[in-house]
Amino acid sequence: MRFSLNPKKLTLFNKTRVLEQQIDEFFDKVSELGLVFSSALEVYLTDGANDEFDAFLQQAASIEGKGDTLRRTIEVELYAQTLIPDLRGDVLRLLEDMDHLMNVYEGNLFRISIQQPDVPEEFHSGYLELTRTVVTCVESVVLAARSFFRDINAVRDHNAKVIFYETEADKKGTRLQRAIFASDLSLDRKMHLRYFVERIDELANSAEDVADTLAIYAIKRRI
Amino acid sequence: MDLTVLILLGSGLFLGWSLGANDAANVFGTAVGTRMVRFGTAAAVCSVFVILGAVVSGAGAAHTLSKLGSIDAIAGSFMAALAAAITVYGMTRSGLPVSTSQAIVGAIIGWNLFSNSVTDTQVLLKIMFTWMACPILAGLIAVILFKLVRWILNKANLHLLRLDAYTRLALIGAGAFGAYSLGANNIANVMGVFVPVSPFTDFALTEQFTLTSVQQLFLLGSIAIAVGVFTYSKRVMLTVGNELMPMSPVTAWVVVVAHSIVLFLFSSQGLEHALAEAGLPTIPLVPVSSSQAVIGAVIGLGLLRGGRNIRWGLLVQIGTGWVITPFLAAAMCFVGLFFLQNVFDQQVHKSLRFELTPRVVERMSEQGVPKAAYADLVGRSYESSGALLDAMTKGMPLTGKQTRTAIDHARIQHTEITEIKLSRYDFSRLSEVQRIALQKLAGQQYQYAWELAEALSALSPQWRRLPTIALNRRFNKRLDEDLAYLIQTFESR
Repeated sequence: MRFSLNPKKLTLFNKTRVLEQQIDEFFDKVSELGLVFSSALEVYLTDGANDEFDAFLQQAASIEGKGDTLRRTIEVELYAQTLIPDLRGDVLRLLEDMDHLMNVYEGNLFRISIQQPDVPEEFHSGYLELTRTVVTCVESVVLAARSFFRDINAVRDHNAKVIFYETEADKKGTRLQRAIFASDLSLDRKMHLRYFVERIDELANSAEDVADTLAIYAIKRRI
Repeated sequence: MDLTVLILLGSGLFLGWSLGANDAANVFGTAVGTRMVRFGTAAAVCSVFVILGAVVSGAGAAHTLSKLGSIDAIAGSFMAALAAAITVYGMTRSGLPVSTSQAIVGAIIGWNLFSNSVTDTQVLLKIMFTWMACPILAGLIAVILFKLVRWILNKANLHLLRLDAYTRLALIGAGAFGAYSLGANNIANVMGVFVPVSPFTDFALTEQFTLTSVQQLFLLGSIAIAVGVFTYSKRVMLTVGNELMPMSPVTAWVVVVAHSIVLFLFSSQGLEHALAEAGLPTIPLVPVSSSQAVIGAVIGLGLLRGGRNIRWGLLVQIGTGWVITPFLAAAMCFVGLFFLQNVFDQQVHKSLRFELTPRVVERMSEQGVPKAAYADLVGRSYESSGALLDAMTKGMPLTGKQTRTAIDHARIQHTEITEIKLSRYDFSRLSEVQRIALQKLAGQQYQYAWELAEALSALSPQWRRLPTIALNRRFNKRLDEDLAYLIQTFESR
């Protein structure tokens, strides 16, 4: 631990406070990206890959980039200052897992932009509902991860929500896929549409994986 | 200073070094082992506070050790410290966790056996009782502290990083406190045996501040401890921090604090006096083992979690080590003293004489030693306290207190209050009234130490012992120290 004699920097826990803010900011980025993702999907389903959609895509890429930078800074600081030695590995993995969620969000938007799937209007509500559930699921895991740092007892509550929304997402995904395959669309279109259902649903599955590991970290973090 | 004295003191310094290498690990082991505090920081903080603790408040526990057996020749002290140091070092090398205080107590008993001096069983039992009490007390304190800390942390909901920063600071603070207690409590183990034969004289730094001979001795010992910390404790620290039981930084803190509190309780003269003033029972001031305190605290926390984490096999091994240590040190000291005396021709104990003159007999009877024990022994003299006691207990068994009274009264210690010695005497510890009383005795000679004490107490109430209750212990202890210094100074033959 370094103690500075400069009156401006005399706060003993200054570096800790900065790092706390950076971790919060990182989680803000995950939440923000969720909102951008659902807005972008809404725009795509109604108006296709227009300028507004592209703007969302750029925004998502930028958020993901900032998230990456923040994650790296946090990781370096944790190692450089040898902070939380007993839980450092867990925290690092948690940050990587959350970063993976951001990558999936961003990746899905890019896939839509590149492949531009033709989604018939009858399935729009199904996709939007699935997206909302999945984003809520990820948001719950973000809250669980924040709680891991600030309020360990709340992790369990948020994890329960993650599991609930993941099941909901599964149900909605299955229902949507059944509807797609029951339609008169050609097999190639059906498979294309199924692919995007699976890609969106993967967010909820990943969120659940994070929640599972987080539950173990939380037990370890209890003194 | 005489070179021989320095060589002989070397064994104490060796003991200090091994104490620094092993016991300091108990203070900072968990902090360094959990990688919360860097070794360099730990070693620096530890060294500074060990030295402070030893010099500022090391005197309390040393007194109890001196009571257990007064090793009166420096060669004897050398062997006692060497036997303890070798035991500690050897046990550590063979992978057994050690207790320095047990080693030194064992060594003192070895000296007592060799010199045929009586071991004060009451003091020995008191020390052995604390060996049991210390780990149990540490365990209890750790459990209470742990529950309290967990409750506070649950309420406080600190950010993980903030908690980390606070814990780090708290570990350094607790380590500093622990090192201070370690210095205060264990310096007696390192240098206690040299107190009666200290080669130093009081040294005035400023007008107000004097470094007494005992403090100089303790300073030297604590520097040896500090060297031990820097040179050899890193590996031990990592072992302690990782091997005992998986620990979180907060648990590590609880262990260190519980251990420090126990060490502090057994070494604080101030606390003893405060408890006595409040009419509460006091805690005996004896050197306790920091390893025992740490292990007690860890076991306490382990049991709180259902005992599944504890390595019981290791615990049995540790317990065996604790039982073996004093016996090994006693045996080694005994054999060592034999060689030192018969091969190297060193005086390992003073030749003493105990004589039961009619005056002594009368005085002993007044002090409550039953006459039947020595009625036939009047006029006889003995070469050791053991021989005296053997003769007396043939008649009838004596209690521990009666034994002590008999030995103290029958021991011949010629003193002569000469003008020359009076002119050189350091009166700084004495009050004006005490000084005048002492000067009135100029020209007088005494055959027994108690005669001098009696003469002084007749001249001034300030030279009189107060009734033996906890509240008066501090006064009586100081009076005993002053009298011991007086006798040492004015001893004529």
